[in-house]
Amino acid sequence: MWNYTEKVIDHFLHPRNAGEIEDADGEGEVGSLACGDMLRLTFKLDKNGRIKEAKFKTFGCASAIASSSALTEMIKGMTLEEAEKVTNRDIANYLGGLPEEKMHCSVMGREALETAIKNYRGLASPKRELEGRVVCKCFGVTENDIRRVVRENNLTTIEQVTDYTKAGGGCGQCHEEIQNILDEIVAKKPTPLVSEAPHLTNLQIIHKVEELINTRIRPALQHDGGDLELVDIDHNTVYVTLKGACATCPSSTVTMRQFIEKELRKEISPSMRLEEVKK
Amino acid sequence: MKTVYVDNNATTQVAPEVIDAMLPFLKEMWGNPSSMHTFGGQVAKYIDKAREQVAALIGAERASEIVFTSCGSESDNTAIRSGLLASPQKRHLITTNVEHPAVLNLCKELQKEGYDVTFLAVDGEGRLDLEEFKKSIRDDTAIVSIMWANNETGVIFPIEEIAAECQKRNVLLHVDAVQAVGKISIDLKKTPITYLALSGHKLHAPKGVGALYVRRGTKFHPWLVGGHQEHGRRGGTENVASIVGLGVACELARKNMEDERTRVAAMRDKLEKGILESIPRSFVNGNRKMRLPNTTNISFEAIEGEAILLLMNEFGICASSGSACTSGSLLPSHVLVAMGIPFTRAHGSIRFSLSCYNTDEEITFILEKMPGIVSRLRSLSPVS
Repeated sequence: MWNYTEKVIDHFLHPRNAGEIEDADGEGEVGSLACGDMLRLTFKLDKNGRIKEAKFKTFGCASAIASSSALTEMIKGMTLEEAEKVTNRDIANYLGGLPEEKMHCSVMGREALETAIKNYRGLASPKRELEGRVVCKCFGVTENDIRRVVRENNLTTIEQVTDYTKAGGGCGQCHEEIQNILDEIVAKKPTPLVSEAPHLTNLQIIHKVEELINTRIRPALQHDGGDLELVDIDHNTVYVTLKGACATCPSSTVTMRQFIEKELRKEISPSMRLEEVKK
Repeated sequence: MKTVYVDNNATTQVAPEVIDAMLPFLKEMWGNPSSMHTFGGQVAKYIDKAREQVAALIGAERASEIVFTSCGSESDNTAIRSGLLASPQKRHLITTNVEHPAVLNLCKELQKEGYDVTFLAVDGEGRLDLEEFKKSIRDDTAIVSIMWANNETGVIFPIEEIAAECQKRNVLLHVDAVQAVGKISIDLKKTPITYLALSGHKLHAPKGVGALYVRRGTKFHPWLVGGHQEHGRRGGTENVASIVGLGVACELARKNMEDERTRVAAMRDKLEKGILESIPRSFVNGNRKMRLPNTTNISFEAIEGEAILLLMNEFGICASSGSACTSGSLLPSHVLVAMGIPFTRAHGSIRFSLSCYNTDEEITFILEKMPGIVSRLRSLSPVS
């Protein structure tokens, strides 16, 4: 069972603005029955060019319906210039977050909005058309689609790209191509300069690491029946041993990298590194 | 809110009789059956009794042909691996493309290990082509692994004919009977099967216990290597309470078989007929004749399974779906896809699986709620 937020469930059970505007100014349709979800968005503008009314019709799971409902609520009152800036992340955030595997529902919302705006401007037919090279043939996802979603959501793995765009979720033959796109985007990203971070002495780092581990990280792990032991600190590398549930948890590596390292980097210095010492 | 549970192919309620039979082995008789002292050793005879009860349900000639395991998946893995080790020079397996992941993914794994696997196709109603099967057997076929009944559609394969052919061609046959045991009558005295897997929690025993039937005289290689338990065929201290529970569940299943065949089937038919009549553009997936008495798989066009399930959930009705959103991937159920069910229908499929604990009132309740659920979602759908 998916871990949906209350807001997702609320928008699914009580969808806002369901339906279709007959004499809509803009209309956008994405997805298909075969792909498992489909959204048709219609909107009408007031005399000041703001979105007066927005309606949706959606075929799909609870998060697809909730994302569509949220989208219509969000864009009401916006000018098209403002609406254009809405990202899939905004839709997910409005709902208090979506499970990673369901993020493609928020992307579908953004794409329908984009298509509807283009349609209003006379630049596109209501049905979203693929632009550029198709990477994933199973779900019809183009290189442009992938690039945009990767950038807007800071994606780094193929699995994430699949969660967000569906690309690679069918036969899997396009995985190499997706990896190439990811590699290229990551390579272009400017690496943050270490010198920008406040300079800390070794002693300051040791104190800060100890404090962070004892007040934040260990309590969080203990909450899930795990724990860790601080083994050593060598300049910016922190050596720890996972204990309790963490030590036997197959996803412990992920826990380490994602949670602990993120905390260390955020709180102490972006150059902090974490190493696990097996006992 | 009352729970209306029609998801019995996923798991079943533990029968009260089963719980009663298990409790003494958690409270007082918690000894190790391998111990030399009476306190532990006395437990062993209850395991033997459970072995007899399991054997009786599936018509095994001897209780010693039953090996207790931890689940259906373990039984499947044990059987197939053991079968391959019995004749290492043979490098070919035959299975179907609608198997449970326990068999399907193991076969895919074996492909990576260099085995050649034939995945037999099914027709639009989920049936196998027996001639196709016969043609697929080769000189180097080590083992055939075919499920007795499909978990998603309930479609029953002609295991008797398949077994006769395997015997004639001298090929080992493993049958994943996890969904069939307890629901339809199985007689291994008459059906020459080499291995048969069953799972406790599908027949009102707890999760975490299963069994593997191994025909007497079969070369056997344990999968879980360890102590001498299960006559050296499965290491690990016995899950005594659950094994005792499985035994009692098998005995209950034997008594309830007639009820399953008649009353449960009648409730299923009422549910199916009622839905088809009251909801336009609904379709049954799978052959309706050769089918488990408790299962129906119905597709509702133009709406999506997860959304249907969550609205059913609002009324306490528990079922399953073969839609992509619930399968944990982006593609709908491999079973429905293998049957050539269009994606548009597969995404809107719901599996209802009943048990002897369901009542006629519950079926009426589901029939009252389903049309509203479907029309509510269809009113949101861009394709209606």
